[in-house]
Amino acid sequence: MIKLLEAQGICKHFGGLQALTDVSLSINKGEIYGLIGPNGAGKTTFFNVLSGAYTPDAGEFVFAGSQLPYGEAHKIVERGIARTFQNIRLFRELTALENVMVGHHTRSHAGLFGILFQRKQVREEERLVTERAYELLKYVGIERFANTVSKNLSYGDQRRLEIARALATEPQLLALDEPAAGMNATETTHLRSLIETIRHDGVTVLLIEHDVKLVMGLCDRVAVLDFGKKLVEDVPAVVQRSAAVIEAYLGGAHAA
Amino acid sequence: MDELVRIVPYFGTHNPKVARAIVLALILVAPILALGIGPAWVRILDFALLYVMLAVGLNLVVGFAGLLDLGYIAFYAVGAYTWAFLASPHFGVHLPFWIVLPLGAGFAALAGVILGFPVLRLRGDYLAIVTLGFGEIVRIFMNNLNHPINITNGPQGINMLDSLHIFGWDVSRRIVITDSFSINSLLLYYYVFLAFVTLSVILVQRLQVSRIGRAWAAIRDDDLAAKAVGINVRNCKLLAFAMGATFGGVAGGLFGAFQGFVSPESFSLMESIIVLAMVVFGGMGNIGGVIIGALLLSWLPEVLRSYAVPMQTALFGQVLLDPEILRMLVYALALIFMMLLRPSGLMPAHSRYSRPDLVLANKRVGP
Repeated sequence: MIKLLEAQGICKHFGGLQALTDVSLSINKGEIYGLIGPNGAGKTTFFNVLSGAYTPDAGEFVFAGSQLPYGEAHKIVERGIARTFQNIRLFRELTALENVMVGHHTRSHAGLFGILFQRKQVREEERLVTERAYELLKYVGIERFANTVSKNLSYGDQRRLEIARALATEPQLLALDEPAAGMNATETTHLRSLIETIRHDGVTVLLIEHDVKLVMGLCDRVAVLDFGKKLVEDVPAVVQRSAAVIEAYLGGAHAA
Repeated sequence: MDELVRIVPYFGTHNPKVARAIVLALILVAPILALGIGPAWVRILDFALLYVMLAVGLNLVVGFAGLLDLGYIAFYAVGAYTWAFLASPHFGVHLPFWIVLPLGAGFAALAGVILGFPVLRLRGDYLAIVTLGFGEIVRIFMNNLNHPINITNGPQGINMLDSLHIFGWDVSRRIVITDSFSINSLLLYYYVFLAFVTLSVILVQRLQVSRIGRAWAAIRDDDLAAKAVGINVRNCKLLAFAMGATFGGVAGGLFGAFQGFVSPESFSLMESIIVLAMVVFGGMGNIGGVIIGALLLSWLPEVLRSYAVPMQTALFGQVLLDPEILRMLVYALALIFMMLLRPSGLMPAHSRYSRPDLVLANKRVGP
């Protein structure tokens, strides 16, 4: 197994609240890795530290063999980590196609003068980016809404669009923050097969999720966070039987 | 251009080709018609074009990148004073326009970056207040930099600026064809300004439908998400300020050359607000709308100014409302009604930051 991402002793606090305490975990290349835990366990904080939205107080991330820069989101995306948000954050006034095209930003190069003079490479790149964006919309299955302004899309389609936009950055690791939140059963099934396709196409997936059934069925390995600390990290079957996990979710009385 | 074509009554929707021809003809013939009423009207048209350029530049900052800028006129001032320093007897320097205009644009862009740095983290109201302060600082500098060393000549302004000489051709001198027939210099300025405006609009449109334009729109809609897809938000914001300022700087240079005189008075907060009003009135983010907004809001007050007095004397036998007061009143009313009836402007922006036709021409796609 090749390690793609290794978190080493990540700590983060907000005022008096210790959101993450010495969290270490490692994600292997090509797996679907689940991160679960009760509300307020620090899952999203972990995501935000990883994606550069926050700077960790201590610890570091080693990604594909070298350390990740702190707190500079765009450089982390360049290195190959893409994320989605728990509460969908699309570019509301842009069309679905344009949202995905924005995702190509780091992988395209048109500069100011190239654009002002409409140099040949720039026009060619523009055509290519449009084409690729359309292909990605097709990949997640919403290509018929290419020209729809994204705020007018249905909830499920917005989730898919956000995944397409993240994929447009050509990540090695795709971090999904509660992608199934607010979805009905059919939508969740579609999402599940989409995540499996993504993994099949060579992208490692990090998944935060509340839907335990989805996580246990989909993930190769799972880590459980509680009060900012990692409880266990193992294959789903072991995690499900772990006393510490049951206690965290259901309270001490049920752990027997 | 397409946006302008669409608003032509009837033809705009039924026969775009005819509508396009009508718009083009109007643009080209307008100053000649105006000259028929009086040369003052051509002058107003010339100023209207400068306002179009300012509004198009400000639209880039406010409409595309979503950075509310209430001090935009400062860049206009930088451009105008650059012209005044480098092409007037004030310092005795007389450089040609192809040096002074780019320099003015460059200084304005630099001013844009200088403004951009401290406001990177600000948004909305806070951003508006700091930019407002910046605009005032520039004006106050112009007002007071006559002591101990006289740089700007203070409130008196700088006089006798060189007119626009385009490779030996003086735009401010009428072309005499025969003794009885000559082409007014105001007309010539109109066409020169028209060329500059056309170029600006083309450049801004290219920026809009590009990697950079999309990055700006992304920052406007959600800057956290923009960071998460790998956009360097800081650099993109600075670029937006600098690019917007560049257009302001060029317009300022042209203003100096046209007017032949600059003073801090021309760059008051009111001017910033007027340009912003043009952008909002026309439709933030929609270049066509912004052009219409600028034309309307620079024309209407002048129409009022010239007809308010005779109309009042004809109706009431006396002047009840000073035209200047009336002008502000109508301005305010126009904006209030606008906000009530069409809150997103005369021509609301429709998202267009890509060319889907490049790949979607033969694919089935919904609206």
